[in-house]
Amino acid sequence: MEKFKIQTEKLNAWFGNNHVLKDLSINIKENEATAIIGPSGCGKSTFIRCLNRMHELVPGAKSSGVVLLDNANVYARGIDPVTVRRRVGMVFQKPNPFPTMSVYDNVAAGLKLNGIRDHQKLDRAVKRSLELAFLWDEVKTQLDKSGTSLSGGQQQRLCIARALAVEPEVILMDEPCSALDPIATAKIEELIASLKDQYTVVIVTHNMQQAARVSDSTAFLYLGQLIEYGETTQLFENPTEELTERYLTGKFG
Amino acid sequence: MLPLASILIEVVGKGLPAISLSFLTKSTGNITDPSSGIGNAIEGTLILIGVTCLIAVPVGSFAGIYLAEFGDNKFGRTIRFLNDVLAEFPSIVIGILAFSVVVIAIGHFSAIAGAVALSIIMLPIVTRTTEESIKLVPSSIRDASMALGIRRWRTSLSIVLVTAKDGVITGIMLSIARISGETAPLLMTVLGSGFYFSGLDQPIDALPLRIYSDYKNSNYPSALAQGWGAALILIVLVLSLNLGVRLLTRGRSSFARARA
Repeated sequence: MEKFKIQTEKLNAWFGNNHVLKDLSINIKENEATAIIGPSGCGKSTFIRCLNRMHELVPGAKSSGVVLLDNANVYARGIDPVTVRRRVGMVFQKPNPFPTMSVYDNVAAGLKLNGIRDHQKLDRAVKRSLELAFLWDEVKTQLDKSGTSLSGGQQQRLCIARALAVEPEVILMDEPCSALDPIATAKIEELIASLKDQYTVVIVTHNMQQAARVSDSTAFLYLGQLIEYGETTQLFENPTEELTERYLTGKFG
Repeated sequence: MLPLASILIEVVGKGLPAISLSFLTKSTGNITDPSSGIGNAIEGTLILIGVTCLIAVPVGSFAGIYLAEFGDNKFGRTIRFLNDVLAEFPSIVIGILAFSVVVIAIGHFSAIAGAVALSIIMLPIVTRTTEESIKLVPSSIRDASMALGIRRWRTSLSIVLVTAKDGVITGIMLSIARISGETAPLLMTVLGSGFYFSGLDQPIDALPLRIYSDYKNSNYPSALAQGWGAALILIVLVLSLNLGVRLLTRGRSSFARARA
């Protein structure tokens, strides 16, 4: 039987009075890549930001409902959002390495600032994370250089390595390729495919071809509601909802 | 441009002849003595700057962090308003305050009373510039840190403040330039002295005070000439702080690169 890593039940989210997610219930499988697609403003980013409790950091934002991570509600009373965020890492739309830090320090930041000082341990974690992010060979001779001196695609892989260094179980990616050129995009997509072995990946994307290429399951969101969710091949080739079909064929969006 | 140039030419022209090694190193002694020096005034100004920074930099930068990160509420807005009022306060009033609180409590004029007065002048400047530079840090940097499971206060200190450090340092340097020329509050707190430093609870001298006493004794030609010399040294100190800020922040485009 397949295991669900994340399950949401009647998840709702608001920005002020703006109701952006409506009763979203979805089961995300472990060690798969799940794509979230939909037109701009449909709540894709808000949805994944609810999964690691980043949504509540925005002033005026609130949410309700249940998000189960390994069958335990991350919104339960007494759960520290910091521990949730350590288990559910996140990569953002624009590469955002820490501008004052070197490549090494960027990757080590999550560990160092959570109190790990053992140099050997940090060295190992940095090497491992950069290797997982397909970046080690390109930067191993320039670990002391500023993280922002890398190219855009390298910066984004650096951000992925930084997220991996704290050993999360789930990686959320919020349109990770939207600021990158096609070659850098292809590298990230290849990376997502290899990350699935160890992690559960949830990727928000504007690009339907990308969703078709990288994901096992796809969810289509429209105006804050889950319209259709299923295996990627099935959803793309044979959608059951008319709205999904119209979106996929470019009739709106 | 013209007023600045004419002041600089005047001060350099009249001050330069007074400068000599003994003038810079000897203490005042008798101010009407042509061989009197400003060593104790330079020392006093540096000590006052140092002690003032020890008080105002930690308090001001923490207040700035607080206002930038958590100040979006009624309490924060009140503090920000009071801070702006304090920044506009006449420095002589702050001098009276330090006089009535510190000088009267200790019983005599002292260096520490001067440092307290100067800290009150420096504090709002540091607070404001720290807040403004922290607000310039893109929210994506803060998001990245929070998403790594780094706690809020850690994010503020180790990620956001470090990213904003150029701006914070610039604010500190500019506020030092501002306080090193203050005279009125020092008249009521440190009094001035003809001798080298003898303890934080004792009166000391400072460059602006020395210029003022030289002016009071300007019927002595040597005192007048030394006043110009002290003015030149003070201007060099303030200008080098300003130039230091320029050099420190020039060509730093880490923000721009992070945003690109």
